[in-house]
Amino acid sequence: MSSIRQEGKDTIIFVTKEDHETPSSAEFVEEDPNDPYEEQGLILPSGEINWNCPCLGGMASGPCGTEFKEAFSCFHYSKEEVKGSDCLEQFRTMQECLQRYPELYPKEDDAPSSQTSEESASEEPSGANAAAGFEKDSDPTRPNSESSAES
Amino acid sequence: VVHMDVRGNKVKLDDDTEISYDKCLIATGGVPRNLQVIERAGEEVMKRTTLFRKIEDFKSLDKVSRNMKSITIIGGGFLGSELACALGRRSSESELEVIQMFPEKGNMGKVLPEYLSNWTTENVKKEGVKVITEALVKTVSYKDDKLEIKLKDGRLVKTDHIVAAVGLEPNVDLAKSAGLEVDSDFGGYRVNAELQARSNIWVAGDAACFYDIRLGRRRVEHHDHAVVSGRLAGENMTGASKPYWHQSMFWSDLGPDVGYEAIGIVDSSLPTVGVFAKATAKDTPKAATEESGTGIRSESETEDTASSAVASTTPAPPVDHKEKYGKGVIFYLRDKVVVGIILWNVFNRMPIARKIIKDGEEHADLNEVAKLFNIHED
Repeated sequence: MSSIRQEGKDTIIFVTKEDHETPSSAEFVEEDPNDPYEEQGLILPSGEINWNCPCLGGMASGPCGTEFKEAFSCFHYSKEEVKGSDCLEQFRTMQECLQRYPELYPKEDDAPSSQTSEESASEEPSGANAAAGFEKDSDPTRPNSESSAES
Repeated sequence: VVHMDVRGNKVKLDDDTEISYDKCLIATGGVPRNLQVIERAGEEVMKRTTLFRKIEDFKSLDKVSRNMKSITIIGGGFLGSELACALGRRSSESELEVIQMFPEKGNMGKVLPEYLSNWTTENVKKEGVKVITEALVKTVSYKDDKLEIKLKDGRLVKTDHIVAAVGLEPNVDLAKSAGLEVDSDFGGYRVNAELQARSNIWVAGDAACFYDIRLGRRRVEHHDHAVVSGRLAGENMTGASKPYWHQSMFWSDLGPDVGYEAIGIVDSSLPTVGVFAKATAKDTPKAATEESGTGIRSESETEDTASSAVASTTPAPPVDHKEKYGKGVIFYLRDKVVVGIILWNVFNRMPIARKIIKDGEEHADLNEVAKLFNIHED
């Protein structure tokens, strides 16, 4: 049973797990897929890759932005059975670039952990797993095929 | 830059160099505020005071604090409270006494509703901090190798070093020469919803008082806002004409029981509705300590593991020991519309919060909205 208490202008409600199990009756405004202002996902309505997607963790900018875009585009459009197997060259070039800037692209075990890293637009990119992680976001129906090229 | 010639599209540096531009972004941030009483207190006091803002301040405080017996932090907001907790932890291993004082009734008093601010204050104390609430500093003097802080109500606090974390003064030095408007309510350069001040001039970050088309005119001093507004200004400087739309968020961690993420306007003067997960018999202290930093812990557990009991110098405000604000969501309302949300020890749900703010709808029952956050799950 939930309990509710008022302290001046502030309302305090305590709820049990059971209280919150029934589906919510809250209503929301329908999302407009063509909202020009809304942060779009990884793929734009035109089918192109949205390089400003926060899910890319800023990898499309900076000193290795070009290398990243080439590797990621190749991977994304790859029709090979092992997706991205035709992109080894681009991934290698990208890795070489990332290694030249260790302060910008720390390796996984150096990366600071942050509970909000998925959310904040300022997320520090961790180069090594970047591409594999992004494919997860953009294509949830595919099995999580870790690209071995970049590790 | 010491002078801006807006019509001539150029700026002048302090060595008289002139730089011309097509577009200019002002991101001058701000400087830490000081307390007048400290500025008037003389050299010996100023020498022992840190205005805490930059990395250098942190580094020098880090060194200085290892040689001190007592440090006093003046300020009860994000910076002051996080710093107090960090130093408080250190105090359990050393002789360091950590005192935090501020005019509000509790930590984060301007952000959290009173009941939650009180609970947070108790947690800050558990981190080893001596918290002095409702403290207004009257004078500071240097006597017998100690700093003496005298409060308006007569209380006297002796300490070795003061850290002032009392807010930010936005830097609007160029306003005069550039003919830029300064906002009298929030401070900072007044800009429109696209962050533009005047032709060819944009402002982003702490110094920008901008028009948020959803929440109204504001000035935001958080890290994510700096990222979001900088990016937006850049897009608009290259022709995008996008208004401030993507709400930035912020977060704070104060010890093992208080960690939150927030979005929108979270002002404690607004009416709030807080929905919290009720502690159950299954939430054992052992289970709670195995979870990383979230979850509800029994009082006895935290008392055992906390640093040796530090008595506060004022009587503790009444805390309802039955209720623990372990996990929940707090809605801030303005004219019945949710304008701000705090996710209290509940993580990775920010997109839902963002959607609620963006919709700007009146919800009859906020408990129903709270269900969407699944506060009982991790």
